[in-house]
Amino acid sequence: MTNPTEAVAAQSPVQTDVIIVGAGPVGLFAVFELGLGDMKCHLVDILDRPGGQCAELYPEKPIYDIPAVPVCTGTELTERLMEQIKPFHPTFHFGQMAEKLQKTAEGKWQLTTDRGTVLEAPVVVVAAGGGSFMPKKPPIKGIDDYEGTSVFYAVRKMEAFRGKNLVIAGGGDSALDWALNLQPLAKRITLIHRRDEFRAAPDSVSKMRALVAEGKMDLKIANLTSVSGADGQLASVTLVEEGKEPYQLPCDSMLAFYGLTMKLGPVATFGIGLHENLIPVDTSTFETNVPTIFAIGDINTYPGKMKLILSGFHEAALMAKKAFAIVHPDRRYRFQYTTSSSDLQHKLGVDAA
Amino acid sequence: MHVYCTDLDGKTHELQATDEWTVMEIIREGGIPILAQCGGSCACATCHVYVDPSWKSKLPEPSEEEVGMLDGAFEVTQDSRLACQITFNKDLDGLKISLAPGSV
Repeated sequence: MTNPTEAVAAQSPVQTDVIIVGAGPVGLFAVFELGLGDMKCHLVDILDRPGGQCAELYPEKPIYDIPAVPVCTGTELTERLMEQIKPFHPTFHFGQMAEKLQKTAEGKWQLTTDRGTVLEAPVVVVAAGGGSFMPKKPPIKGIDDYEGTSVFYAVRKMEAFRGKNLVIAGGGDSALDWALNLQPLAKRITLIHRRDEFRAAPDSVSKMRALVAEGKMDLKIANLTSVSGADGQLASVTLVEEGKEPYQLPCDSMLAFYGLTMKLGPVATFGIGLHENLIPVDTSTFETNVPTIFAIGDINTYPGKMKLILSGFHEAALMAKKAFAIVHPDRRYRFQYTTSSSDLQHKLGVDAA
Repeated sequence: MHVYCTDLDGKTHELQATDEWTVMEIIREGGIPILAQCGGSCACATCHVYVDPSWKSKLPEPSEEEVGMLDGAFEVTQDSRLACQITFNKDLDGLKISLAPGSV
């Protein structure tokens, strides 16, 4: 909901063994497989919590095809994976987008996020699923001209809306929460939603309705069809109420909350080969065409690929074997079972005291 | 059996339809790009289509969940549906739909 409020100043690079882009189920399980091979991980995710699509798209929906787990929700799967990787103490960089990847003089990868976090590691694992979750933008002609100046998809500073004639579009928790939070600051708020029902916390809905009843906020049940203004400054939006003629609503700022959508984003600029926005990999190691960069989960492609969480888990295991050879070039990879290996059990913290 | 799908450029495609498949799957299998980001679990609204009014009465009413999910779609009308929530059957042979903005 809320976005990072301030940019983190550039800092000295954090050294680690593996940088994982994406903290969805596959990125999380990769921490486990890499951890068994004594590889420490840092994960970067644009969401503010782990789980990826499991957290954002279907937290409450049941998943039935995780081996040996007859049913669990997206949230439960995420919680269980977080529990499973606890012994390996991964570091998470949430609410940040992996923005730039370059080689250092020592031959390591240096990844910089949009908030200025700098990570360095010999191995990068792209587990970015369908890409970065970004706000859905209304497909309205010319709306881009106002983005960042008078049309916004997130609130960075509440003060920016003081005294504004603000339109808030949407009917979920984000739209309702911000309508309520900004109501005391803005000159006037008009909430626009396509129907007179809201998928938001009932308490927020009652508070909003009370403000509307008191005449302190406006509510329009309408579709937003166009925007107009000049030089990036919004002057009005066009609304269409069912069965009525379109009309203009004067305003000077708009916040639109239509949920999130996935876009590949800066990963496309990392120099990794792409095929139709997916990353081709070698299926014996899940390495991309760039040595020491791997791709696992929904973001990769290979003959016979199936976009299933369980496929991603398998891919993580094979990736970790190759990553071991890169991170520990002086060590010999030893194949072991967690059931019987006291070494692995020690790493997992379950060995007999 | 066929479904007729009009894309955002206004071009209509005749798609081979399979019994018990969702209309989203039929569109995808027919090679028409459709986002359908959540893969058909009624969790994203990126398979938003308009059902030709002459066919609306032949479709079961959308679930409350589908109607709610349409809140995340754009230019929603009385004819709006999520293609992943329409299951094809022989009575729908000839169904006409159009892709909506935001579904490609």
